[in-house]
Amino acid sequence: MTETTTPQTGPQAGSFRIKLEPRLQEPPRWYPVAVSLGAIFIALILGGIVIAFAGGDPFLSYAHIARASFGNLGVISDTLVKATPILMTALACSIAFRMKLWNIGAEGQFIMGAFGASAVVLAPLLSAETPAWIFIPVMMVAGMLAGALWGFIPGYLKAKFNVNEIISTLMLNYISISWMNFWIFGVWSEGGFQMSPRFPRTAWLPRLLDYAETFPILRGLTTHAGLLIGIAAAFVLWLLIYRSRWGYEIRLIGDNPSAARYAGIDISRNTILVMMVSGALAGLGGMSEITGVVHRLQTSPVAAGYGFTGIIVAWLAKLHPGVIVVVSVLFGALILAGREIQPSGVPKMIQGIILVCLIASDFLLRYRIRIIRAGSEE
Amino acid sequence: MISDLFSVTVLVGILASGIRLATPYLYAAIGETFAQRSGVLNLGVEGQMLLGAFAAFYVALTTGNLGLAVLVAMLVGAIMGLAMAFVTVNLHAQQGISGIGFYLFGLGMSDLLFQKMLGTVETVRGFPRIHIPVLSDIPGLGQIFFSQNLMVYAAYLLVPIAWFVLNKTTLGLKIRSVGENPEAADSLGVSVAGVRYFTIVLGGTLSGVAGASLSIALLNVFQQNMTSGLGFIAVALVYFGGWRPWGVLGGALLFSMVNSLQLWIQVLGIPIPSDIAVMMPYVLTILVLVASVSRVRGPSALTKPFERED
Repeated sequence: MTETTTPQTGPQAGSFRIKLEPRLQEPPRWYPVAVSLGAIFIALILGGIVIAFAGGDPFLSYAHIARASFGNLGVISDTLVKATPILMTALACSIAFRMKLWNIGAEGQFIMGAFGASAVVLAPLLSAETPAWIFIPVMMVAGMLAGALWGFIPGYLKAKFNVNEIISTLMLNYISISWMNFWIFGVWSEGGFQMSPRFPRTAWLPRLLDYAETFPILRGLTTHAGLLIGIAAAFVLWLLIYRSRWGYEIRLIGDNPSAARYAGIDISRNTILVMMVSGALAGLGGMSEITGVVHRLQTSPVAAGYGFTGIIVAWLAKLHPGVIVVVSVLFGALILAGREIQPSGVPKMIQGIILVCLIASDFLLRYRIRIIRAGSEE
Repeated sequence: MISDLFSVTVLVGILASGIRLATPYLYAAIGETFAQRSGVLNLGVEGQMLLGAFAAFYVALTTGNLGLAVLVAMLVGAIMGLAMAFVTVNLHAQQGISGIGFYLFGLGMSDLLFQKMLGTVETVRGFPRIHIPVLSDIPGLGQIFFSQNLMVYAAYLLVPIAWFVLNKTTLGLKIRSVGENPEAADSLGVSVAGVRYFTIVLGGTLSGVAGASLSIALLNVFQQNMTSGLGFIAVALVYFGGWRPWGVLGGALLFSMVNSLQLWIQVLGIPIPSDIAVMMPYVLTILVLVASVSRVRGPSALTKPFERED
């Protein structure tokens, strides 16, 4: 068996030494969950220290997050609204990460999805009198196409020229923001304001409050049909990855690219396809946000960092679509509460710490730590 | 009007600000060159720059001591680098994604500190221009090359130093061998972990300086997310420069000239929408990557964690 020693602890650290051994068999099912929860716990402690250091009260901040996101039916609904875009960007990241394609561009693909869906209303491709049952599906397709195009570019560059997809997708994020600004500050601007005109009601996704006449309890609840679209997308993605031949190919390429190549799987083609599917999922998220919440094209609510949160959620859920649904709700809560926490940098900062801790904790899944007392050496 | 671009005053202006604007790219990309040559992709540059920019700005605003401001920015960058080194070297974390984590941390943290400690956008007296006697009086050239501030000159000085360290010293040989073949380096008694710790912390330190150069030497303000992708472009520049300091210098100049052209286009009111002009550096990054990737081979062990076998 090969044994690995961390160079830092060295062979002699006091009277015992720490040995790291690669895990040879799969750990029990509860183990990854426990490690992830531990990592989040440590991240929250670190975040709390930083908040305290910056002059805030970490307990108040965290209690506030809990109360402001799950305190009553209204805020639970708001949490779900925030969870919806995260759910879709996380699904987008998960399929790319599954193939070890580091798509950091869900943010830009999300923005392009919002742009594509808006173009249907604003170009206009369909007149404002179009009934909803035509409007919504056309906008969905337009959003997914725009997102897929934004995924195709880095996928193609990776497959043909071996361009690092992390950097190309990051650059495309910035390009997409400028692209959106170009349209809403100029052509589609409403009276010189930095936003497009409001969409017609037929281009809105149905919300719970639309049914308040029949069910008074739904009054004021803004959860929209995008959540259902997201959950359906998660189910389809699960089928695709775990129950289809193509999903098997993707997983094989991710786990063992040389074996995949021997098996005759076309890696270039799959790189492009997976990036397109990933982009389409993020684009669907942009469409759902624009038709379910914002109802117009506007920079700040769309380019709000959902693509980056999606990376964290996908990683935390170990890329499993079902787990992603649950974890997105938790991060929806963090972001919702974050809007009210002053100063406003806290949620991003905590997300950063959580991501670093999670990635670092993967270490515990791959190695087991053995403490060996000096003298008991073989 | 387009023809305005070709008057001598404007050309000199574009070149002079191009030379200035290369500064943050140079610091960050030279630091990243060291990290990547030792086999580590540090994607946290953007976050390190933001924290460095804030630290330098705050110290300069409260004490007026610019030297101290740069030192604090270096320290902040080094601490971020140390955390990054622990996560990548000891814990073998996936470098791309953990780098994004450090980016988000720096983005959120600099925003938090900005709101807690400043609240509003203020300006600070940054590094003054140094007019080099005689040389700065040369028409045109004097304005372009010899009337810049200290941090600009230091950035350009860094390029030959980095070249010398990487290619002519034992330390440079160790860094390169760790990046190419860590197993061989290890068997010759080079501490792979030690070298990588050094390069990542050095990279963090220089990223801190890069941030400082923005907030107290070029723009003299601090705003949330003021780097807007500059740190990520710096990472791309390392690929473009073929992992060589002189190549990085070429890339940094190309980018800063495009940036400067873009700014002047807006100043002169040339009818290209500003949002389209702003895209130029990012589009250029992608094109440049396509052009450079097939040309040069990177360090063999880039992004691969090293596991020592007993």
